[in-house]
Amino acid sequence: MSDTPAAKAASGDFLSNLGKVYGLYTGGFAGFVLVLALLEQMGVPNQIIGYLFVFLTIGVYALIGYLSRTAQVSEYYVAGRKVPALYNGMATGSDWMSAASFIGMAGTLYLLGYDGLAFVLGWTGGYVLVAILLAPYLRKFGAYTVPDFLGARYGGNLARLCGVIVLMSASFTYVVAQIFGTGIIASRFLGISFEVAVFVGLAGILVCSMLGGMRAVTWTQVAQYIILIIAYLLPVVLLSAKVTGVPVPQLMYGQALEQIEILRTTKEALAGAPSHITPFTTYDPLNFFGLIFCLMIGTASLPHILMRYFTTPSVRDARQSVAWSLFFIFLLYFTAPAYAAFAKLEVFTNVIGSPIASLPDWVRIWSNIGLVRVTDMNGDGILQFREFVINADAIVLATPEIAGLPYVIAGLVAAGGLAAALSTADGLLLAIANALSHDIYYRMIDPNANAKRRLTMARILLVIVAIVAAWVASTRPAGILAMVAWAFSIAASGLFPALVMGVWWKRTTTAGAVAGMVAGYSVCLFYLIGTQYMGMPLWFGVRNISCGLFGIPAAFLVTYVVSLMTPAPSAAMQDFIDSIRTPRGGVRLVAGEKALD
Amino acid sequence: MPLVEDVKESRGGGGPAIDKATGDAYWSKTSSLMWTMLVIWLVAGFGIHFFASSLNAIKILGFPLGFYMAAQGSLIIFVVMLFWFAKRQNSIDEEFGVEEE
Repeated sequence: MSDTPAAKAASGDFLSNLGKVYGLYTGGFAGFVLVLALLEQMGVPNQIIGYLFVFLTIGVYALIGYLSRTAQVSEYYVAGRKVPALYNGMATGSDWMSAASFIGMAGTLYLLGYDGLAFVLGWTGGYVLVAILLAPYLRKFGAYTVPDFLGARYGGNLARLCGVIVLMSASFTYVVAQIFGTGIIASRFLGISFEVAVFVGLAGILVCSMLGGMRAVTWTQVAQYIILIIAYLLPVVLLSAKVTGVPVPQLMYGQALEQIEILRTTKEALAGAPSHITPFTTYDPLNFFGLIFCLMIGTASLPHILMRYFTTPSVRDARQSVAWSLFFIFLLYFTAPAYAAFAKLEVFTNVIGSPIASLPDWVRIWSNIGLVRVTDMNGDGILQFREFVINADAIVLATPEIAGLPYVIAGLVAAGGLAAALSTADGLLLAIANALSHDIYYRMIDPNANAKRRLTMARILLVIVAIVAAWVASTRPAGILAMVAWAFSIAASGLFPALVMGVWWKRTTTAGAVAGMVAGYSVCLFYLIGTQYMGMPLWFGVRNISCGLFGIPAAFLVTYVVSLMTPAPSAAMQDFIDSIRTPRGGVRLVAGEKALD
Repeated sequence: MPLVEDVKESRGGGGPAIDKATGDAYWSKTSSLMWTMLVIWLVAGFGIHFFASSLNAIKILGFPLGFYMAAQGSLIIFVVMLFWFAKRQNSIDEEFGVEEE
């Protein structure tokens, strides 16, 4: 395995030839799509094309996972800290963008118009906080997991345990949503039942992550990013070329926005359609900005994202890597509003106001699957705005048909959605399993466990967590998209103040940090559970997807006050903080703390 | 087996890489860069969007400006500021001689 000199040389070759390897891979994928397009022209049925897309891409991910298998602890937890900034950026991009971003985002923008942009802003701006407040310092410390940092900075297992609890709550909620998304795509394109599809998706996730841990997940995520971004951009580029004559949707949808507004105000059948560009029609300003705030702070607190920056070779690379991550994420997020605008223009022009008997084909195809609903309420045979209901998930999936593209493009979109869901699930499962194996088992239960035993434990826990998550997902818990937003608020309230103040305010004490984590986490959960299940009235009208709006300030305040009430951290601790603030030199752990190994 | 290179890297018995005065000056410059970034973040992430309705009166290529800022403008600012930040922080590191070897 990776310990032998030959394998080491091979791994060195791989790292110095990344551009070539992934260039060939991208070319190979393009060739694969072309071959499938040819097969389609030759009359191969759509079902087969769907199967080929799903199984061949999962097969490639599994192969990468198998080739990256490892028996070394540092390779398993942090990919040997050898991932170049650019590739770590791509891996973070696919780690970050889930089924919700890939499939759901454009649809949300279609339905909410301007107010949906809270998600676009919230899910990008958080990276500024990651770069300036946390990533370089966590990288310097050289942790394996986020709770590792809490354990070292706040001298002990109590802070570590609090960190693990928050991490588990946030990541588990999130991973259930991903497996759910994988199940939906697999069932739609493979024609198997949802419950079976969930476990098929699970198998795909496990082969990528189990043998090689972080190393395997990293190189698979880069491969998944390439597929997901091609799959996202291609249909809307072709659609923009068809509608406007220019294949740059991000620039051209301004025209679509103009026409939408003209149609909305002049076309009789569109009566009652809300404006696409007017702010604060669904969310009031407090909820709009509150949601942005929670999503941004949550971004900077989610352990599966922060841990990606532990894998870069240096502090300098960690900073550079955050910039690349945001760039790769930006490519998808600034395209999503174009999807929404073009889809809306098509619906406003060719669907609403048309005779129900002669609607475009794509409307019929998607109403068969239940994602589009047409009801002639006033019985005049003409489709009115209120008589047409489209599910948010249908926008991206239906664009190939709206643009009149061949089925192979629809298969490509499915492969992209699957890549997005699988890559995020991989990262999340790894974050959970690492916290359990490293922080709970090794640091708290059996500090004498040897490397082999720890890796075995990590793999067993990964499988157990994955199966439990798949089981929860197969029960179809209600409100899964809201659960994703909750995960952000929970992570933000529980972790952000302890992490940031740990680096930026030397006076933060153990008691302060622990009290702050407990306070933030409790306030957030209290508001969430109270308003969601106990019928508690909203405070100031803040929706519970922004429950971090109460949790985050509470955590900061409690950390601050309790820290001032307790004796300042020791000189050795202050020295430790100095050492993680400076890129050069070693990390000077407080005496009695064990170095990482 | 010790696998984390950072621990081995520590030089001079784990003593500080630089003297205290330089360290403090380095940190104050790093902090002010952080605050600068934080202010730009606040303006791009929140500030300008308070004026979305008024900005929407201005149209460029069909885009109402308020909508454009939330859909693209602020995102471009975020990306550019992060590349700039990485560069700026590197040169601060070098100025004080604390960059990694």
